[in-house]
Amino acid sequence: MSRPIRRISIVLGLLLIALIANVTVIQVVLAGDYRDRPGNQRVLLEEYDRERGPILVGSNPVARSVETGDTLTYLREYDNGPMYAPVTGFYSLIYGATGLERTENRVLTGSSPLFVVDRAEQLFAGRDPQGGAVTTTLNARAQRAAFNGLKGKKGGVVAIEPATGRILASVQSPSFDPNILSSHDPNSIRQYYATLESDPAKPLLNRPIVSLNPPGSTFKIVTAAAALASGRFTPDTVLPGPRAYNLPNSTNKIRNWNGQACGPNNLVTLRQAIAISCNTAFAWLGNELGAEALRAQAQLMGFDNSFQIPLRAATSRFPEDPDAPQTAMSAIGQFDVRATALQMAMVAAAVGNNGTLMEPYLVQEVRGPDLSILQTTQPKVFAESMTPLDAVQMTEMMVNVVDNGTGSNARIEGVRVAGKTGTAQTGNDNPAVAWFIAFAPAQSPEVAVAVMVEDAGAPEVSGNQLAAPIARSVLEAVLR
Amino acid sequence: MPDDLLAVGLPGILAVTDTAKRSTARRQPTRRNAELLMLIFAWGIGVLGTLQVGWAIGRDPDAGLWITSGVVGALALIMHGVVRLRAPYADPILLPAATLLTILGLVMIYRLDVAAARRAELNDNPLPTPDVYSQLTWFTVAVILFASVLILLRDHRVLQRYTYTLGLVGLILLVLPLAPVIGTTVNGATLWIRIGGFSFQPAEIAKILLTIFFAGYLVEKRDSLALVRTKVLGLGLPRLKDLGPLVVAWLVSLAVLIFQRDLGTSLLFFGLFVAMLYIATQRRSWLVIGGALFMGGAVLAYYMFGHVRLRVMVWLDPWTYATDEGYQIVQSLFGLANGGILGAGIGQGFPNLVPFASTDFIVAALGEEIGVTGLIALLLVYAILVERGLRAAIAVRDSFGQLLAAGLSITLGLQVFVIVGGVTRLIPLTGLTTPFLSYGGSSLIANWILIALLLRISDRARRPDSEVLSPDDALTQVVRRT
Repeated sequence: MSRPIRRISIVLGLLLIALIANVTVIQVVLAGDYRDRPGNQRVLLEEYDRERGPILVGSNPVARSVETGDTLTYLREYDNGPMYAPVTGFYSLIYGATGLERTENRVLTGSSPLFVVDRAEQLFAGRDPQGGAVTTTLNARAQRAAFNGLKGKKGGVVAIEPATGRILASVQSPSFDPNILSSHDPNSIRQYYATLESDPAKPLLNRPIVSLNPPGSTFKIVTAAAALASGRFTPDTVLPGPRAYNLPNSTNKIRNWNGQACGPNNLVTLRQAIAISCNTAFAWLGNELGAEALRAQAQLMGFDNSFQIPLRAATSRFPEDPDAPQTAMSAIGQFDVRATALQMAMVAAAVGNNGTLMEPYLVQEVRGPDLSILQTTQPKVFAESMTPLDAVQMTEMMVNVVDNGTGSNARIEGVRVAGKTGTAQTGNDNPAVAWFIAFAPAQSPEVAVAVMVEDAGAPEVSGNQLAAPIARSVLEAVLR
Repeated sequence: MPDDLLAVGLPGILAVTDTAKRSTARRQPTRRNAELLMLIFAWGIGVLGTLQVGWAIGRDPDAGLWITSGVVGALALIMHGVVRLRAPYADPILLPAATLLTILGLVMIYRLDVAAARRAELNDNPLPTPDVYSQLTWFTVAVILFASVLILLRDHRVLQRYTYTLGLVGLILLVLPLAPVIGTTVNGATLWIRIGGFSFQPAEIAKILLTIFFAGYLVEKRDSLALVRTKVLGLGLPRLKDLGPLVVAWLVSLAVLIFQRDLGTSLLFFGLFVAMLYIATQRRSWLVIGGALFMGGAVLAYYMFGHVRLRVMVWLDPWTYATDEGYQIVQSLFGLANGGILGAGIGQGFPNLVPFASTDFIVAALGEEIGVTGLIALLLVYAILVERGLRAAIAVRDSFGQLLAAGLSITLGLQVFVIVGGVTRLIPLTGLTTPFLSYGGSSLIANWILIALLLRISDRARRPDSEVLSPDDALTQVVRRT
């Protein structure tokens, strides 16, 4: 009977091979797919089981994990949650993670390749893996100033260090409390999330980097930069600045905000046109330069580019193929020009940094669980947006805006501030968007800022009234 | 046979060699010391595993751990002593392999106890009774029965005399859960009896009794069962009247499936019977007929019974049923995936997320924490057990012993395939225990009796002709050769 027994043993051997092949497929080949499947609590539990690293502003954690007595070992806590929400995001059982919590997840959980050495140590020591820390570029004072300034308004503020591209502040209003979304109570998470979702003011929207609005007159800085770059214009070049500019091939006109001509004999210098935000002169200038020149300048300043800071910012746009009247409208930041507060802060930063635009970034350092620095972000040049000479001239003109023009509310005692107001119509019925961009000290700026207030609903001066004071307090917070 | 210890690789498993048979004529080393060494190794793995659970939860090894480890070690030594005295020529690998599996099961059950206690603590519930101590108690009972079998049963051929009695008892045990009062339905399957405070799964014992019955019966009838009347397509078909026993086995299997809703046991019995029929008669036609009946039964069951259909649907697409009927298998797959190549480490995964992790799904729990590497090693330990059993079957000289050893080994192999295949979604899931690993007394006891019988047969197979049957003499007659 040994022959059939041997045959049976071969069959059993084949069954064994089938089992081995099958578990190998599951545990090696398909393991990644299974891990990513919805409903796989293990990945989440594993994350909650580890001490997630903190997100730091300076040396203070604004997001950190604290031990609980609950099934999920660690709870995420945020100091000044709503203030830092657009940067930290939240870390939710139900809705996943957003903000730096999402983009820096591998660092925070300690699974980034940067931690190979630590992981090996932990493995051999049998210790629980610990997450690394993320140090942001934020300046706590600037963040607080912007947050307080925006209170009760709808909008966003971004402040940048012009020489490096470090983002010093990124604030939204209205905001939300990440503590509730990151709690361990599914019901309160769901309830709060539903409230936020149904709020028409959209508190979950990361306004400073995602909300796109026509930049209005702040875009005149881009148009003026294109004018200087063309070599045909200097700050003293005289431009036509009548009460109304007849749009080419159209019966529509562009008017100035006060309904007056910009200067005697309907003439105005470029310097003065910027100072008083003369629409007709810039509309004319836009058509003189052409859409191509405007777009080229806009792109050098960051338009049509999607930035990851590492949060993904919305792409600011210059219209694709505008005709002559549309070009004139675009030159004053209307028509289909759309920009984020981040983008407009970059425009100010580019001017302030002698024309060199640095790539904006939020993560200064990645630190290991023992707080040793594992990675430091090196500033990177995005583009030479302007020649240094043009930048100096532009700076002078922007200082003039604050000292003698529409930007009076941004003045700071003893500091030369360069700025530009803006007010944009977002449509016929929609209320206006008030803007202010600025940098200071003008000669070698430490900070550039863009303030965007949506639903401003006010007349032409709202840029100076609503946005400039916020910009000033952010500038002061950094310079103090 | 100096290569005895080494011949455990895959080729050895696939093709059983009969070197054992040839060498019985020569003076046979007993290799009991090798067995002892391997037992110590198995015990050491258990201690390390237990320590690792402690490290993972930050608890230092306490007295309880050492006492438990000591008890397990003592039980292993008792078994080794009994084998030394009563089955000195028995295969040296069977005992350590089965012990290793039992110990791994204990470690896993302890680890799941820890998880359950932790959860209860967090939810402020009363602490659940740990399973590991009752499993340890069952192991003690299993060791007593193991020793009894080896001490009382000097020669396996004695069993042949009770072929029909044991067959009848086996059949009764099989249908016992259907009896009123004592029969209990757990999770939809009626395979438990409850007497007093104890519940028992009689099918586990029936498995062994029926294997003995099949062996005795087939030895008796194999000549007529092997008769060929007609040939169809080169396949010799048996006489129609000889189909009787197979049809009866088929009907009993179907009855188990229908009335007890126990897919696994049903599959196991029928598969076992067909395989033994084939071995006894050497007629492949029985495999063909058996296969056809199995297919018929499977199709029938699929269309007639909702629970069978559901099992198949869940098997084909567990993701659709991920939150209800497929929850278990999906969690099992997630666990295995979490384990990956090297495993999460004992005590560091989440095996408690799989319902019934300590019984049906203990392989998933182990797969998560020891990884595919550990799981394959585990499967190979089973393969070694089965291969050693089949080797004993080939080596022993009496037909009853051959059939019995083969049958017992095949049961073991099939059971492992059916449950591990089910848990890893190779085949539809059926509720069977994982031999030696799963939490549960009936399974542990039955499988240890199975090992005792295999040891008895292999001792017989390897015993030199000159050796007197008295095992007491054997101790003094051991002559070591190198």
